[in-house]
Amino acid sequence: MNPFAPIGRSLIGRADGAGYVVDLLLRTGLALPRLRRRFRFTLDMAFNAGVRSLPVTMVVAAFAGAILAMQTGIELRRFGDTAVLGTITALSMCREMGPFITGVILAATVGSSMAAELGTMQVSDEVAALEVMSVDPVDYLVLPRVVALAIMCPLLTVLSDLIGIYGGSVIAEHNLGVSPDLYWISAREALTSSGMLLPKEVYVGLFKAFVFGIAVATVSCASGLRASGGALGVGLSVQAAVRNSVILIIVLGFIVTWFFYFLAG
Amino acid sequence: MIELRSVCKRLGSRQILDGMTLSVPKGMNFVLMGPSGSGKSVTLKHVIGILRPDAGSVQVDGQEVPTMDRQQLMALRRRMGYLFQNGALINWLSVADNVALPLREHSKLGKGEIADRVQEVLRMVHMDHAAAQFPPSISGGMKLRTGLARAIVTRPEYVLYDEPNAGLDPIISQQIHELIVEVRDQLGVTGLIVTHSRACATHCGDRIGILENGRLGLEGTVDELVHSDHPLARAFLGGGAD
Repeated sequence: MNPFAPIGRSLIGRADGAGYVVDLLLRTGLALPRLRRRFRFTLDMAFNAGVRSLPVTMVVAAFAGAILAMQTGIELRRFGDTAVLGTITALSMCREMGPFITGVILAATVGSSMAAELGTMQVSDEVAALEVMSVDPVDYLVLPRVVALAIMCPLLTVLSDLIGIYGGSVIAEHNLGVSPDLYWISAREALTSSGMLLPKEVYVGLFKAFVFGIAVATVSCASGLRASGGALGVGLSVQAAVRNSVILIIVLGFIVTWFFYFLAG
Repeated sequence: MIELRSVCKRLGSRQILDGMTLSVPKGMNFVLMGPSGSGKSVTLKHVIGILRPDAGSVQVDGQEVPTMDRQQLMALRRRMGYLFQNGALINWLSVADNVALPLREHSKLGKGEIADRVQEVLRMVHMDHAAAQFPPSISGGMKLRTGLARAIVTRPEYVLYDEPNAGLDPIISQQIHELIVEVRDQLGVTGLIVTHSRACATHCGDRIGILENGRLGLEGTVDELVHSDHPLARAFLGGGAD
């Protein structure tokens, strides 16, 4: 037996999976003009996604902001420069931490549930039933979910940014002795110094969240639609959805940062 | 008319269909029997275009199904209904909404007309009392009857039945059989029924075909096959069958 055969099979399987996700994304894009027919369902999906992930997002963002302020503050205190703590926390939350935290939470809560729902539908012939009724599963099942997360991820990111910065302010005041006024002024100045209506730190972060939302929903729906083999297959599809979403969030986060801060200046 | 000629299909390492030839004239219920894994459901999936044959021809009313583009396939599927083993209902839609789904997606009927049509077919399958219920809260038999209502609500020319009485008790099975006959007689629908059940085959079928080694090993009218001494007929339709 060729020792490279299993590696080859695994690579082909992964390439096939990636191709399916790209194809699904393109088909979802082409289905966008039909969104009006799915408007109500899309709103329901967006509402569910928001409600389901809101509490976790708030808790994680608050602690992430607090940890960020704590770790940064320890070093800044050594140099006697804790006045810039608000700046660093605000920029870190808006540029990277907010979108990243929200994306990962959405992948774990909403993405996993999407993969489970669609996977169960796939193994119980419900997706096939849609097809034989001439109802396009991409149009009916995937489009509302992708649009819902594309909307909700940036909205939750705004919340996550604010709560994270607030979490940092609590630590700044109680553990590092930075006055709240100084913290909030430096945070606000960091985000408004460009003079633009929507500062680059904020819009790049929101763009990242928008990309993460689309990626999480598409990957999760693709995993669900490719499920096979009953309950075990659905379980594996959920696992694949969360794993692939998190990997994509990190890779896409890097690409977007590189594009906006290095390529486009 | 549904016509398969010399259809071959391999799935993985198994040759499922191997020269399958079958003809279902209009207005008739054709029952397809055979052992598990013999290719009965695979045959149905070829007729509705979910699977494409490796070789051979699948035609519906003279149109070649495997070469159809997406639009043509969608147009063909609008003329067909498909009853899945477990009904395959959408869980978050009520019974009435499940039945209304194909009409909402494809017809130009107004809300009132759709509601009337849904009520009419739900009455036909004796499910009008459960219109507001959701699939997780209804029994297997009710799911199948709802699935049948959904399959016929668009007034299709053909209905494909995949194991319409699998896992049902004899009383509910009998109700489903009567409905299948009613669909043929009242709506003039052509049916292709996949089943293991002798009762279903003899009650619902006009002709019966039995699969063996990926093709029809035996075919005839219900009467011919019930009284046949052929081992296949005895195995599936003999006194001990079912």
